Parts: sequence; structure tokens; C-alpha cells
Amino acid sequence: MITLSAVRKSYSTEVSIGPVDLQIPAGGVTALVGPNGAGKSTLLTMIGRLMGMDEGAIEIAGYDVATTKSKDLAKIVSILRQENHFVTRLTVRQLVGFGRFPYSQGRLTGADDAVITRSIDFLGLGPLEGRYLDELSGGQRQRAYVAMVLAQDTDYVLLDEPLNNLDMRHSVQMMQHLERAAEELGRTVVIVLHDINFAAHYAKRICAVKDGQVCYFGTPAEIMRPEVLSDVFDTPVDVIDGPRGPLAVYY
Amino acid sequence: MADLYEATYTDPASLARRAGQLGPSTLPDVSGATPTAGTAQATTASGTADETLTTASGAAAQATTARTHTPAPARDARHQGALPTRAARVRYFAILTGMGAFALAACFALLAWDNPMPVGSEGFWLIANLRATNIAVIVIVAFCQAMATVAFQTVTHNRIITPSIMGFESLYTLIHTSMVFFFGAAGIVAAGSTSMFLTTVGTMVVFAAFLYGWLLSGRYANMQIMLLIGIILGAGLGSLSTFMQRLMTPGEFDLLTARLIGSISNAEASHLWIAVPIVAVAGGALWLLAPKLNVLALGHDAAVNLGLNQRAYNIIVLLLVSVLMAISTALIGPMTFFGFLVAMLAYQLADTHDHRYVFPLAWLTGIAVLAGAYFSLKHLFYAEGAVGIIIEVVGGSFFLLYILRKGRL
Repeated sequence: MITLSAVRKSYSTEVSIGPVDLQIPAGGVTALVGPNGAGKSTLLTMIGRLMGMDEGAIEIAGYDVATTKSKDLAKIVSILRQENHFVTRLTVRQLVGFGRFPYSQGRLTGADDAVITRSIDFLGLGPLEGRYLDELSGGQRQRAYVAMVLAQDTDYVLLDEPLNNLDMRHSVQMMQHLERAAEELGRTVVIVLHDINFAAHYAKRICAVKDGQVCYFGTPAEIMRPEVLSDVFDTPVDVIDGPRGPLAVYY
Repeated sequence: MADLYEATYTDPASLARRAGQLGPSTLPDVSGATPTAGTAQATTASGTADETLTTASGAAAQATTARTHTPAPARDARHQGALPTRAARVRYFAILTGMGAFALAACFALLAWDNPMPVGSEGFWLIANLRATNIAVIVIVAFCQAMATVAFQTVTHNRIITPSIMGFESLYTLIHTSMVFFFGAAGIVAAGSTSMFLTTVGTMVVFAAFLYGWLLSGRYANMQIMLLIGIILGAGLGSLSTFMQRLMTPGEFDLLTARLIGSISNAEASHLWIAVPIVAVAGGALWLLAPKLNVLALGHDAAVNLGLNQRAYNIIVLLLVSVLMAISTALIGPMTFFGFLVAMLAYQLADTHDHRYVFPLAWLTGIAVLAGAYFSLKHLFYAEGAVGIIIEVVGGSFFLLYILRKGRL
């Protein structure tokens, strides 16, 4: 379980986030949705301890992210940012291998290799594992990054807009992979999504963020209502019954 | 959870289902691979287009099954080290050997060229011993500059930067200029003393420690701002030196200039005994930090995610870099382009991200470049001294040629 209590972060007098109180239960996919600049990514990066908070506390599985050793946290929670650009030239397998660093400290054992192989195969990157990252398409690279955080073998996985750069087919596949990671491997996946329909279909819970506050938190059925979505996104949204669940229509 | 993980991957039905799901996404020609395929082996094999990959994945699948029975797993067939392919490994070690041989040859040539005694005789070694100090200086300076520049580029995430610009050289220039400015020609003699050597090294390290500590541990710690302030401080100290140099007599200025151009012959043999242990400790520490440097190179977010205390390690690495740079600069004077050139060549030649492979190659490249430059200056152009000049000309053109052919850093 991820617990945020009275978490605050101020950028300036006008732009601030919180105080946020939120409990994300363990298991399943939880989607963070909301308009641009609402603070979704900031919340996620604070949970993943990439950014400090001004006030409040965040606990992951009972560990306070501010006081627990970063080394130990790396075995509990992994986070992937939106922008990933490495100066280093790496093959897919080398990149995924870095996910084992918290366990191996750079010396990969046979057991590490087994986990790396699984992560690569899990995301269907087997045939590409010898390629360098700069030889991949944006979508393939995105999958390689996700394979890296999965290789970290943490119970909690935080992803900031992993569907960026992905086309329709790969977006769907990525969400299926994450859903399976949550169900089959028992991971807790927290993910920032832009497309509310993706969130509604694949997430177990949706957390709507607006103006630095969590305004709605519930199951897709509770969030996928016209008045809720219109309020969150400040734009008229209709919800219709699609062939595979509720669909938000906003254009 | 680990059990669940294991079960998921070793259960043939699950493997089959996985291949059925993943197949169409990556491989266009596996429409025949249905989710009901019989065994894990068969599914994995049908899921791969390439013959070699088929064997590899098959072996991996078998290995996974075997692993549930044996606690100590064998090396994964798909394991990739820092050098991913066999060809890359062969290439790396060939280059390493070649560079080592060239460095050795250049050093031997320095000892043997123009040596009037027959090679191997007692007199030959007597003369060679006299020249051995220069070789030692070359080896130490190459080590310092190579290790320091590679590590510095890693923590700054910048492959076209050198630690020399961070004020080390202007500080060296300032110390020596003020010695001459305040004490005249006697200052130059004093500048060669051991205590002066230690003072110079100490001042540079303290300067760097203050700069890094102050700029990188504050609330708004930012590597780019630190670099900028370092460069500006360097420029400021440089102008102070220039101002003092303008007020000197031509004679004093002449004496000073000889000290301010990086030159092997600047070094005093007695300083080497102090330099070697310090350099060995600092370089050894960087070598031990190599796996962490590999992670630091991925950037702040990835490093923190992998559990590295990025800020602390940045400061430790920068301090080690400043020790190495201070020793190198205090020994022979400013060599702005050298470290940059060596690191660049080493990255191009090694073609790997792993510092354990880049460091040795960078060191050998450094020795080869420095010894080669010193040799050609001394014996071809009879212009012993300013090695920096030939390094910039030859090294710069080699770098340009290489980068234009390869097209990437």
C-alpha cells in the first residue's frame, strides 16, 4: 500500500501541490489522470523519491521514502520517468541488466540473467535484445525501459506516461503487459495516463488529479461518469456504453 | 511473490500462452503459433524467426526449467557483458593489445633512441635510467588525466568537457605567476620545491572541494550551474594572472612562460615519490567505483531509482577527479586538450559504456599519445618541451577524422 499524508510541494506562490492525502491499495493497476499541469507526474516522482516534498510523508509498504535507505527502496519500488535520454550507448539487454543493479551492484549473476531474460521476453523484446537503443523505434525503446523497471523486480512499479510514443497496437499491448504484470506477478502498478479510456479499461482504480489536489478516487465505474469527467478535465465529456465498456467522448 | 514469478515462467502452458500473446506483436510470421502449442520448447522455437535466436531461446527455456531443480544456475546463454558480442570482445582486446604495444614501443624508443651504447649493455641501461624519470612522468600524467577526464565526463553527463576548465589550470597559473610576481626569479626556483608542489596540489584540491561541496550539496544543487561557476572562476583567476604578467619585467615573464606551458621536463623526480601513492589511491578508488559510475552515467532519475545516492557519489567522484587533476597539473603544468582527447579516443575505440573497460584503454591511449608526442618533438623536431602543441595538432586531426567517419560521439 502506498500512503501519502499531507504531502505538499510548492513551486511558487501560485503553483503548488497538495496537501494530498491518498491511499493506493496494493495490487492491480492504478491510473493517475487529470489535465496538463495538474501535478500527476509530480506526485508520482515524489512517491518514487526522485523529488523531495516540502511537507508531509509518503510510505510505500510501510517504508517512509524520505528516511528509508535509497538502496533498500530500490528493491521495493521502481519508477520510470517520461523523458529518458541516456548519454551512454547501450544494447537492450545491457539496459535491462541495469535493472538488476540493486541486487547485483553491477556484477550480474546467473540468477540476474534469468530475471533479465524473463523481463525481455515478457515485453516481447527477445529478437531485439542485441540492438542498441539508438537503433530502435520510439515504441520499442519505450518497451525496453519498461523491461528495465520490471527487471528490478519490485512490488511497486511507477510509470509516468509509458504510452508516450506508442501507436494504437503497442499502447494496447503495453497496457496488457502491465495488467498481466499486476495480476500474474502480483505487482502494484501506478501509472500516469492521458487517455481516460485506456484508464477506464485497464486500471482497477482511477485517481483523478486537478490543481494539485486529488479530486476523485475510485473504480472506473465510479469515475466514468459525465459529471465527474467534465469536472476533472474542464471540458464537456459524455460517457457512452461502448462494446467493451464505458467510453468517454469529448470531441 | 518469487514463487509466483517462477511458476509463471516455468509452467509450459503459461509459456505457450505468453508466446501466443507476444508472437504477433514482434514477429509477423508466427500466425501458425497458436496458444495451444504443445510444449514450451516447441512454442519458443516457433516464435522465433532467426535460426540462432531459436537455439538461444530454446536453451534459455530449458535453462529456466532446469533452474527450478538446481539452486545454482548456469550462465545464461543469452548473457551479455559490457561487450555484447564475440566480435566486440575480440575487437576490444585487439585494440587494447595494440595500444599497449604502441605505448610500450614509444616508451622504449624514448629510452633507446640516440643512446650511444649498444642495446642491453650496462652503459645502455645507465643512460636509460637517467631518462626513466620522463617515462614515469608520462605514465603518471596519462593515468591522472585519463581516469579523471573519463570520470568527470560521466558525472557531468557531457562527453565534450574536460576537468581542466574547472579552474585547476588557472589556479596553477595564478600560483606560479604570483610566486614570480612577488619573489622574482627566486620565486621560480622556489616553485620547484617539494613544499611548493604539495601546496599547489593542496590549494587546488581545497578549491575544488569547496566548489563542489558548496554547489552540489545545497538545496538547488545543479551540475550545470556548478560547471558554469567553475568556468567563470577559472576565467577570473586567469585574468588576475594576466594582469600580474603585464606588470612583470620581460626577463621574469620569460622564466614564467617556461613553467606555464605543459611540459614533461617540468616535473621534478623527487615529486614522483609523493605523487605515485596519492595517484594510486585516487585512481584505485575510481576503479572500484566503476560499476557505480556506469549507473551515474544514466542520469539522476535512473541512478536514484536504482538506489544510488547520486549526490554523495557525484561529490566523491569529483573530489577524486580533483586530486588526480591537481597532481597532474602540479607535475607538468596545464594540458587542456590532452584529457579530453584521450577520453574521446578511448570511448571511440572501446565502444562500450562500462568504465572497467574504458579506463584501461584510456590510460594506455594516454601513454601512447604523450610518449609519441614527446618522442617526435624531441627527436624529430628538436623542440623538447611543449608537448601540448603537438598533442593538439595530431590528436585534434585524428579525432576529427574519426568522428567524421563514424558520425557519432
